[in-house]
This record gives sequence, C-alpha cells and structure tokens, in this order.
Amino acid sequence: MSSKQTFIQNNKRDAPRARPSSSGWRNWIVVAPFFLFTLLFIVLPSFSLLTRAFLDNNGKFTLLNFAGLFEPSILSAYWVTIRISLATAVGGGLLGFLMAYAVTVGNLPRAVRTGLMTFSGVASNFAGVPLAFAFIATLGRTGLVTLLLKSVLKINLYDQGFNLYSFWGLTLTYMFFQFPLMILVITPALDGLKKEWREASENLGASHSMYLRKVALPILLPSILGSMILLFGNSFGAYATAYSLTGGFINLVTIVIGSQIKGDILYNPGLGYALAIGMVVVMSVMMAIYYFLRRKSERWLRQ
Amino acid sequence: MKRRSIWSWLWIVIGMLYFILPLYSTFDFSLRAKKGVLSFLAYQRVFEDPNFWSTIKFSLVIAIFTIIVSILLVVPTAYWIRLRLPKLRVLVEFISMLPFVVPAIVLVFGLIRVFSGAPFFLTNTYFGTYVLLVAGYVVLALPFVFRSVDTGLAAIDVQSLTEAAQSLGANWPTIIFKVIFPNLRVAIMSSAFLTLATVIGEYTIASFLVGIKSFGPYMSLIGQNKTYESSSLAIISFMITWAFMGMIQLFNRGKADTSALAGAR
Repeated sequence: MSSKQTFIQNNKRDAPRARPSSSGWRNWIVVAPFFLFTLLFIVLPSFSLLTRAFLDNNGKFTLLNFAGLFEPSILSAYWVTIRISLATAVGGGLLGFLMAYAVTVGNLPRAVRTGLMTFSGVASNFAGVPLAFAFIATLGRTGLVTLLLKSVLKINLYDQGFNLYSFWGLTLTYMFFQFPLMILVITPALDGLKKEWREASENLGASHSMYLRKVALPILLPSILGSMILLFGNSFGAYATAYSLTGGFINLVTIVIGSQIKGDILYNPGLGYALAIGMVVVMSVMMAIYYFLRRKSERWLRQ
Repeated sequence: MKRRSIWSWLWIVIGMLYFILPLYSTFDFSLRAKKGVLSFLAYQRVFEDPNFWSTIKFSLVIAIFTIIVSILLVVPTAYWIRLRLPKLRVLVEFISMLPFVVPAIVLVFGLIRVFSGAPFFLTNTYFGTYVLLVAGYVVLALPFVFRSVDTGLAAIDVQSLTEAAQSLGANWPTIIFKVIFPNLRVAIMSSAFLTLATVIGEYTIASFLVGIKSFGPYMSLIGQNKTYESSSLAIISFMITWAFMGMIQLFNRGKADTSALAGAR
C-alpha cells in the first residue's frame, strides 16, 4: 500500500521532475567521470599492487611474498612502525583530549577556544619536510632545546641516549601534528556532552570525579578510542616526515616501501608489493574499528 | 580561580609550549646565518635562489589544477547523488574514504606501477608525470573535498533550487555552474585552501614523480646541504600553511572543520 501511495505522490509532483529522463544513461553520465577517475587512480593502482603481490618473478601465482613478511627485518619494520604509531596515538590523543576538554568543559574564556581551533588547523597540517627541519633546530644535536638543557640543567640529551633520528625523536616529532588533530576530531564529541547530565548527577549527589568516571567517560570512550585509531593510521602511513628527519635510516614500513620504489632493495619485487598490501590491510582494519566506534558514540552524541 | 580551571590552563600551556618551542627554535636558528649577529641573511639567500621561486610556482600551478579537477569531479557527483541517485550515496562515501586506507606512499607505488608501463606510458613524458601528480593529489584531497562539498549541499535546498532553475528554463550545465556552484562557494573555497595547504609542500608523491621540480623535494634538497636556509624555509612554509588555514577560517567564519587526514605526512 504505502509504496503505491508514494508512487502516486511522486507522479503527482510538478513538471520539472518529469522533464529529464530520470531513468537510464543520462542519470549515470553525471557521475561517470567521478567513477572513472576512482577506477583509474585508486582502484587500478591498488589492484595492480594486490595482484603483483601474489606473483613470483616468473609471473606465476605464489603465496611466498606474504610469507616473506615474516622475515625478521620486515617484522621489525612493522613493529617499529606500530610502536611509533601507538605511542603518538596515545600520547597525542591524551594531550589533545585534555586540551580540548579544557576549552570545552573547563571554564576557559571563549577566545582561548577560537585560538586553539585555528592553531590546531594549522599545526595538524604542518608536517613533512619543514616539520623535520623544525625539530632538527629544536632537538637536534645543536638544537635550541638541546643546548638549553645542557647549559641550564646540565643534562646532555645525547649522552643520555636520546637521538632525534630514532624512535623517541620521531615520536616527539609526530606528536606535533598528532595532538592538534586530536583536538579537531574530539571537540565535537565534547560539545555533545549535555549540561543536563552533569546537573542530574550533581542533583543525585555525585561528586565531580564520580560524574567523570560514571557518566562522561563511558559516553566519551568510543569517541576517544576512535579518534586515537585515526591518529594511529595517520602516523602509520606517514613517510615524508620520517624520511626527511632520518634520511631514510629508520626501519619503517613506509621507508622500506619508498626504497623499494627507487630500486629493488629487497631483491624481491613481490615482497615490496606484499609490504604495501600489508599496509592497506592494517589501515582497513583500523578504519573498520573506527567506523564501529563512531556508530557507538553517535548513539549518545547526536547533535 | 577555580581549581578546575587551573588544570585547564596547565594543559593549554603545555600544548602551546609544544607548539611554540619548535617554531621559536627554528626561527632563532634561521637568523644565525651570519656569525655573531642576528640577520635575515638566510631568508635573503632563499629569496635570491631562482629555484625557490620556480619550485613554488610549479607546486602552485599543480595545486590549482588539483583544485579545479577535484571540484569538477566532486561537485556534480555529490549534487547528483543528493538529487537523483541517493542509492549511490553509500558507495560514493566509501570511495571518498579510500585515501585513508591507501597511504600516499602506497598510492604513488601503485600509480607508478600501473601508469609507467603499457598501455599508458605516462611517466615517459613530463606532461604525463604532471597528469599523474595532479591525479595523486586529487585522490589525497578527495576525503575533505567530498565532506566539505556534501556538508555544503546539505545546507541548501537542492531540490527546490533545481526545480526553480528548471522552471526558469535553465539547462543542466547552467544549473550546476550558475546555481549550485555559487551556493557552495564557502565549501569550495575552504576545500580549495585546504588542498593548497596540503599540496604546496607535499613530499611523498612529488619526490617519486617529479623530484626537485616541486617545492617539497626542493626543501628536502636544501635541508641536505644548507642548515640555515632550511630553517628559514621551514618558517616560510609554516607562514604559507598559516595563511591558507587563516583563509579557511575567514570563509568559514570560525566554524573550523579543517583536518586533512590524508595529508603530506
């Protein structure tokens, strides 16, 4: 019944709807360029890597390339990449969350929030080569902070085992664009926390920390985790910053892929393709979890 | 002052220090090109370098083409799935999220493998590599261009505008270019500036396709052999990013939704 009714209503609509032939090829010709572009420049490259990952040097089907992912040097590349991504996702996520919390729920002047949002937009987009330069000038061997620590606090970072061009240095550098990104993605969720919930829990005699633990945190948790996963993916796929900071001398998956493009450093093209596909798989899993968590958080935080 | 706002201020101050210290250090460093005195010598050298201007011009032109192509691809598609093909919406949204899943380094790997050989041979000519570069950047920009345009479309009554234009006798190109585009100018401008900010210093894709012709790889080259100039380049590049993001704020009137996730990291 109802479908018949809408059919009649649709037909009763005024002339313009009837004018273009709403069926057939004319409808598709508008969206065709978009799909053609995606097919050529996203789907085709990905599929080309995927099929090549299953071929050996003679063009025969093989699974050996994926077995090659478990070689110690490749495993360690994945391990370092995952550790850096995890450290910057959690570290950047926490700092970003606390800052976003400060300007949304904490009692700070409105101007601080506006300023922070502008800054986050800029800083989350400031990455790659110039970011590497900035951190060399800050925490490199003759960087300002390194020298300050040496002269004022008598701490020599590099004697303590710190090195800008290794794990911790790269983590600190990535943090520069990670926590601003967290601020940008978590602020809408924090805005969704209703005042009524806090008032209600206060009326029921809850302390502030109790409200945080029992009300705010459970509601925010999916958003926080989801945003951190976004940050994880963000540094997992990063190449430019790491390459220009370390000159390619750090064993990250992206760096290995980069060297593989320049010349077959793995002495096995198939392994390079498998490496790239492994990366896509990790990112897809991350995005799937992200969407699942976002669904969860939307239940409470619909605006 | 309440105890809670002391904590709030503390986190803000820590974050701001994290932000300002590297920039201050870089700026300080960039002024030390002349021994013993602070000077803008490093900046002067950068500005006197013809390669600085040619690479920045090259990257700007590539960015402008990227913006034109991505707007021409996304706006009609987003408009049409709102108006006529709502069942395609899920698919288009999914596609626009794909660049998150395929990192830039993997994308350029695939692009080179597909288009360097038969039947395309795009990397054999300069023009071919430029086409590939623009295509790669359009892919990178896709998530935020689509989201921005789609939010823009949600704010206007697409159906009524179209019907009104049709009853006045407008044909489809007229509707899209003279009715829909002007109504989306905020969305278009902000995604354009975000694209500019991402593309201008992009390194990953550019370094494999065109090398030091573009600004990102040029900066990287300077970084390998000129210490002070590289710091001044970092400051200049930061100013450029700041300027573009400032423009977005201006267009959006403070409603900042400006996160380029698939950017040039």
